[in-house]
Amino acid sequence: MKELERALRSASLPPGDAGADAAAGKLLARAEDEGLLEVAYGSVESPFGDLLAAVTPLGLLRLSYDPSRNDAVLQQIAEKVSPRMLEAPARLDPVRRELDEYFGGRRNEFDLKLDWRLTRGFSQKILRETARVPFGEVATYKQMAEAAGSPRAVRAAGNALGSNPIPIVVPCHRVVRTGGKMGGYGGTLGPYIAGPEIKQQLLELEGALDESGRPRL
Amino acid sequence: MRLPPFQALLDEHRDDVYRFLVASLGRDEADDCFQETFISALRAYPRLRDASNLRSWLFTIAHRKAIDAHRARGRRAVPVKEVPEQADAGGLVLDGEPELWRAVRGLPTKQRAAVLHRYVNDLAYADIGQVMGCSEDAARRSVHEGLKKLRTVWAT
Repeated sequence: MKELERALRSASLPPGDAGADAAAGKLLARAEDEGLLEVAYGSVESPFGDLLAAVTPLGLLRLSYDPSRNDAVLQQIAEKVSPRMLEAPARLDPVRRELDEYFGGRRNEFDLKLDWRLTRGFSQKILRETARVPFGEVATYKQMAEAAGSPRAVRAAGNALGSNPIPIVVPCHRVVRTGGKMGGYGGTLGPYIAGPEIKQQLLELEGALDESGRPRL
Repeated sequence: MRLPPFQALLDEHRDDVYRFLVASLGRDEADDCFQETFISALRAYPRLRDASNLRSWLFTIAHRKAIDAHRARGRRAVPVKEVPEQADAGGLVLDGEPELWRAVRGLPTKQRAAVLHRYVNDLAYADIGQVMGCSEDAARRSVHEGLKKLRTVWAT
């Protein structure tokens, strides 16, 4: 009796069985066909390490630097956008391509559509204004607050930029402090590199710094 | 309501669901049934109101899909004079005791499912009842009867 139960409990697929892998692979294609894939995510490369990227049918939803926060970032998307999320590296091809071109100095402007659903209210206003600051230029937090229609909300503008869900593509790195100080950039972001250093390098790539390394206001 | 990303659900439970389907249906049908199970789950997922036992929820769907597949097979089956020797070969892909798995697949539907949920999926009787849409007592009874039958064919 005990032996029978033990034999039943020891049920396992043969070691190295790839059946479940293959079945799960086909599942992705089918979910896409049936319009059930609402958020596709995966990692994309950058000079600052792998970024987590998430796209929806509306466009790019999220880019995230810090791998240690991936689970939290994905959970937030599940709650705010949709839990119908699957890892789908191929769906990120356009993002990967445009980022490659940008970091390689061959692209000044992103053509990716954006999904703004992780932002709302004043923050979204600020970020949409930020998206209009052109490559190679910088603006100030104060100018962003003014552009969003609340000239006195400079600190709130800073907070909105600090919570930018789509860094690099929504270029919050182009917003600096009045007087030309660099301002913050997401604290310690990457695993190998601190936020302010990323900001510095992005502005350098865009030729927005003067000889002394200060933003050209 | 904190539903995890569906991918997390898939990563955590896909091997167990696949193993359950292979044990109940054999390899060939397990693949299709796996798709059906997870597509149904993905479709219903955002409307799920209770995230406390996602494992049982997935097995509930897998259970129904396995029963559908059994019924469909019954409808397709045509009587033949001799049952081909390898007819059951698809069920032998689980490690361990081929004779035992053959015997499990020969059990009546309810008993087979109950035995698999109890020993292969390691579900509690209350969960088995939920998965099979019967009472906890009925689940326990089905497991008991299934075991009894298995002992007669799988003598130790």
